[in-house]
Amino acid sequence: MTRINLKNKMLLGGVMLLAAAGMAGCGSSGGKEGGQVIVYNWGEYIDPETIEMFEEETGIEVVYDEFETNEIMYPKVESGAASYDVVCPSDYMISKMIAGDMLAEINFENIPNAKKNIGAQYFEQAKGFDPENKYSVPYCWGTVGILYNKTMVEEPITSWAQLWDEKYADNILMQDSVRDAFMVAEKLNGFSMNTTDPQELETAKNALIEQKPLVQAYVIDQVRDKMIGGEAAIGVIYSGEAIYTQRENPDLEYVIPEEGTNVWIDSWVILKDAPNKENAEKFIDFMCRGDVAVKNFEYITYSTPNDAARELIEDEAIRNSEIAFPDLSQYNNLETFVYLGEDGDALYNELWKEVKSN
Amino acid sequence: MRNALKKFYIALIFLFLYAPIATLMVLSFNASKTRAKWGGFTFKWYAQLARNDDILRALGNTLLIALFSSVIATVIGTIACIAMNHMKKRTRTIMMGVTNIPMLNADIVTGISLMLLFISFGFRFGFGTILLSHITFNIPYVILSVMPRMKQLKPSIYEAALDLGASPVTAFFKVVFPDLMPGILSGFLMAFTMSLDDFIITHFTKGAGVDTLSTKIYTEVRKGIKPEMYALSTIIFAAVLVLLLLVNAAPEKKDKNRHPV
Repeated sequence: MTRINLKNKMLLGGVMLLAAAGMAGCGSSGGKEGGQVIVYNWGEYIDPETIEMFEEETGIEVVYDEFETNEIMYPKVESGAASYDVVCPSDYMISKMIAGDMLAEINFENIPNAKKNIGAQYFEQAKGFDPENKYSVPYCWGTVGILYNKTMVEEPITSWAQLWDEKYADNILMQDSVRDAFMVAEKLNGFSMNTTDPQELETAKNALIEQKPLVQAYVIDQVRDKMIGGEAAIGVIYSGEAIYTQRENPDLEYVIPEEGTNVWIDSWVILKDAPNKENAEKFIDFMCRGDVAVKNFEYITYSTPNDAARELIEDEAIRNSEIAFPDLSQYNNLETFVYLGEDGDALYNELWKEVKSN
Repeated sequence: MRNALKKFYIALIFLFLYAPIATLMVLSFNASKTRAKWGGFTFKWYAQLARNDDILRALGNTLLIALFSSVIATVIGTIACIAMNHMKKRTRTIMMGVTNIPMLNADIVTGISLMLLFISFGFRFGFGTILLSHITFNIPYVILSVMPRMKQLKPSIYEAALDLGASPVTAFFKVVFPDLMPGILSGFLMAFTMSLDDFIITHFTKGAGVDTLSTKIYTEVRKGIKPEMYALSTIIFAAVLVLLLLVNAAPEKKDKNRHPV
């Protein structure tokens, strides 16, 4: 019997060696002269051609990785499991990362295209989450509004209040995420969408509960297909999806409600312990170039803050589209989400649970 | 009447099982990107799939990891079973309990703890870390399916082989191993499918730039899943179906080497 046990041990050791060897074999990185830059971006959020262009022009190898939500990206970056250089989080997540001292200050001298091409109004809007514009460079942005089917409503939709209209019972689609849903109720009541005032939140919560019987479904990305298929009359949607849905179904119309709304921004940031800071700056600078940004705009179809890119858009209807490029100064009460701290988040989640379980 | 009810019940079950897959297959031939509109019949998503290096690389990674991790886990798991079989009853029960825990554990806990382990040992995240973690969560499934088989074996047959002059190794491969084979095979298959399926653990243990199909599909959620993925799923489903038909159609082989248990 002892001999068998010895054999076991040897085999086991052999297997472990094999596994270790497999791992070591994958450790070798590509040997391009310019080194590497490791990018962590939203899924389907860049034209793959622009990455190839960057690699050809600079000789820097891009290791590209994708995430699906801010919340899934955060623990991976925070733990340092895979040492990323450049990440593209959303507004409130950036303020959380700044608060957590995870981001490096960006040296804008090395990114001349940023200040040259990106409109000042977007940097202004970004101050909501990056007060001194030190850590982030806007990449994509948009608004949240109402998409409605012209053939299914009786009068034009202009206000969040119409989501509470009993005429449209069972024809309304709401966003199934805490902050987006509360934003609608808060704007309706004239509050800030970053409020943590318990009384205001109570009012917002009650409004959402009151609205609940009228809502057909709380959805995320199914809004697109449901609206295209005419399954609902009114839906809360991100502006980036509006152009695509309109192309599929010309009866659809997008509007920014008069009470104001959320202006969201996804921005490039460089991590504090990024191993390739210089290459990260080169990457961001490249992405801010007009001809590159316009390629990405056409691929993603979310609004670009890049003025140089906007001038290069060939389709005049899109270049002047009120949906893709609304004049922000025309609207009042536009806000951007900021991180509310752990207590704030917990409060929102608690109230949202009450809404959903009511 | 009762027969009709039975048939209706079966039809209902099949409908629930296969309606989602059928929908996906139909959509893979839809020229329009949205599920709400039928844009005409097309093969273009299949053509685009063939040209999409990202998806093909993810498919390659998925299959490689599934194959390697299930083979290695099968070897380790089988060896573990042999060892546990020779233990005292109490130690064996404890060992079985220990190997069962990772299976009952929530995937997200396993994923995060593996990630933390790899960080504290300074591993470089990538293909290797995914493979190691898949081996880890596959081992219990192999043990689970080999162990009952092991318990059915009579130690006397192995001892008889030794008495007749076989070395322990020869005796194992000639006498014990063939009897274990069905258990090992089903353990291997179970490990293979678990590895193909896994998303959460892979997500936490993968490095930059390495994707499996499940992580790749998940990143597309925000912008809408591309019809190429429908096409790929259809191909995988068809391949599995053909394989199953072939296996079932093949005449049952009489295994002459098998000893009566």
